[in-house]
Amino acid sequence: MKVRILVRLKPGVLDPQGRAVHHSLDGLGFEGVEDVRIGRMIEMDVAEGTTDETLTKMCEQLLANMVIEDYAIERLGDAKEPA
Amino acid sequence: MGFRAGVVTFPGSNCDRDMAVALEAVSGVPAIRIWHGDAKLPDGLDFIALPGGFSYGDYLRSGAMAARSPVLRAVINAAERGVPVLGVCNGFQVLTESGLLPGALMRNAGQTFVCRTVDLEVANTASVFTQGFEAGQQLRIPVAHHDGNYFADEATLDALEAEGRVAFRYLKDVNGSRRNIAGVLSANGRVLGMMPHPERAIEPAAHRSLGGKDGRGLFENVIRSLVAA
Repeated sequence: MKVRILVRLKPGVLDPQGRAVHHSLDGLGFEGVEDVRIGRMIEMDVAEGTTDETLTKMCEQLLANMVIEDYAIERLGDAKEPA
Repeated sequence: MGFRAGVVTFPGSNCDRDMAVALEAVSGVPAIRIWHGDAKLPDGLDFIALPGGFSYGDYLRSGAMAARSPVLRAVINAAERGVPVLGVCNGFQVLTESGLLPGALMRNAGQTFVCRTVDLEVANTASVFTQGFEAGQQLRIPVAHHDGNYFADEATLDALEAEGRVAFRYLKDVNGSRRNIAGVLSANGRVLGMMPHPERAIEPAAHRSLGGKDGRGLFENVIRSLVAA
């Protein structure tokens, strides 16, 4: 089973990388960019039946740093369990 | 003098030898080298240092993998028994990732790697690491990091200041750290994480822009307090 984890900086945490990329987009002439935030995507292939509880533990113990980051778990190709 | 100091090496550590050299220079006793895969620490350690570098290639987040390595479980157990633990640079990142210290070290606000000697102010003089310093004393110690931007939420920062757990501050902004925090202590004052490298400032160098002895005091403080205890 494919699972996609999105790790993002919490709202309010300054994202220097996002700011630099925003600045570059402005410099390239793209207009109307209000904000840029950079996160991390982790794709995993896990055993069928891996529970949300287990995935949550993986996120909170390692994949995300809960001091500064939030995470979202998305199950891919598993229509019975929406993300 | 029986000062047993251990220096942990992770794959990608690169200041471990400097740390061992500094500890031996100040204590006169060779430091014991510890490998990241060791689940058990040598017996009777008086002091543990987590060095700078790029443990595990900074994969996932700086310090994240090292914080979950076998040796860290042993280091956490030792810290809980009150063994002083010093984490410098990547070692500081490992300490925050492991939960031994609060907060996190984010990418420098200026996006660039910062590598120069900075001015620090001593903010705590009560811990084993800082008790020989005077409040407000200024130190010149090198930094070399990309992820040294200390972050914690406002409530945590207020608590750290109220409890006197800010060990060192930058005199001027270096990397965007909240409240210019350069070093943080645990609640019991026995764990210190700091971005500047005291082990790189234990003796004068040929040129006055390099070296310096301001880092030496930190190791002397530790040894003095442990030997007196």
